[in-house]
Amino acid sequence: MTLPAAAPDDRAAAPAAPAGTPQPLVVLSGVNKHYGDLHVLRDIDLTVHKGEVVVLLGPSGSGKSTLCRTVNRLETIDGGTITIDGVPLPEEGRALARLRSEVGMVFQSFNLFAHKTALENVVLAQVKVRKRSKEEAHAKARALLERVGLAAHAGKYPAQLSGGQQQRVAIARALAMEPKLMLFDEPTSALDPETVSEVLDVIRALAADGMTMIVVTHEMGFARSAADRVVFMADGVLVEESAPEDFFTAPSSERARDFLAKVLHH
Amino acid sequence: MGFLWDNHTVILDAFGEGLILSGWAALFALVVGTLLAVMRVSPVPPLRWAGTAYVSVLRNTPLVLCFMVFTSAIPHLGFTAEPLTWAIWALSAYTAAFVCEAVRAGIKSVPRGQAEAARAIGMTFGQSMRLVILPQALRAAVPPLGNTMIAMWKNSTVAAGFGVAEGAGALHDLLNDHADKIWTLFIGIAVGYMVVVFAISAVFRLIERTWRYA
Repeated sequence: MTLPAAAPDDRAAAPAAPAGTPQPLVVLSGVNKHYGDLHVLRDIDLTVHKGEVVVLLGPSGSGKSTLCRTVNRLETIDGGTITIDGVPLPEEGRALARLRSEVGMVFQSFNLFAHKTALENVVLAQVKVRKRSKEEAHAKARALLERVGLAAHAGKYPAQLSGGQQQRVAIARALAMEPKLMLFDEPTSALDPETVSEVLDVIRALAADGMTMIVVTHEMGFARSAADRVVFMADGVLVEESAPEDFFTAPSSERARDFLAKVLHH
Repeated sequence: MGFLWDNHTVILDAFGEGLILSGWAALFALVVGTLLAVMRVSPVPPLRWAGTAYVSVLRNTPLVLCFMVFTSAIPHLGFTAEPLTWAIWALSAYTAAFVCEAVRAGIKSVPRGQAEAARAIGMTFGQSMRLVILPQALRAAVPPLGNTMIAMWKNSTVAAGFGVAEGAGALHDLLNDHADKIWTLFIGIAVGYMVVVFAISAVFRLIERTWRYA
């Protein structure tokens, strides 16, 4: 909240494109973050529109995961503003908890509640945070587990499930809250190669349903086929953003060309 | 053996008194200790400081001092209670510090991602503690808590010096009258303490088994 507090009005006006175009859902402007001396996010401006799938690409340590985590304030920021649906992120407390309940998050390491079965994982926050009845929450949980292809595993604990299955439960858990935005922080990076596709298929189906998503990934095939827009980051800077086809065939920055040469040819 | 049998009502009453003392102290210490552990990991600095201060004082001073505070200093302020009541207070207050540290170790053993997932889905600190962290932390804390409870049971003998007629106190009284039976008495009372320790261990093993999840 220190540096570029100036002229927020200009920024709010800037993306106001012609009427009828997509509405902005997440707006980051002038976002900065440091870890000690390390400047991990440098003046990030990014707008994600409703229904849009934005894929964040970049080398390790580029800040893409950190950026993703700032959107629900799992990481705090040192400067700039983040708004969701026009409302600035609350600093803490119940307002922040309420906002988080509307933003689904899927982690690299799944983070299913280890002492709860798959079904209970999907039920818990519906009942405790959303205050739904147990019956309603169970019905919804079963429907969601069905949708991610895990109805038969509802009674199993996370440790009894494969990585791909755990990640699909995690997606169901997030969807149960009926989020208006989903954040995926390297959802397939901890998976065995053969289970990556089962998770990506679920995410793709979600994108097709019109869910707004920010996806941090190293899966170039997924980025190319599922993204509406690719955002490339390096060293904490948002280097370029473009349509996936343009990015993969004709990246405009040297840094992106470099990156693509490394990840696409091996 | 005959001598122990002749005095079995005295001895059993004494152990009964000790079990009442330890039972209540276990209950209070587990509850207060868990709350202290939550305070020590809470995002509110004054709560963290209070928790840390409590543990630093109670864990780093002898139990006898703690008993003296409750049986001498506090009554001096005009409060009155039975010796057993003060002993329960003292033993609970002291043991809570150790319970706190066992539970805090349990909390630290829960992967960070669990709390992150709980926060990310919209839980408050209290909800994430109650619904996600503590259920896992307490499972991890069962073995050290068993140790703490065993130590507490043996520490309860200190109460004998403060007017509570528990097991070690009975030993002392009986020895005054029957100095020739010293070995019989020692062994008898020692076996009594061990039986209770075995029982505590068994209970904690059972908890450990039934609380295990896949």
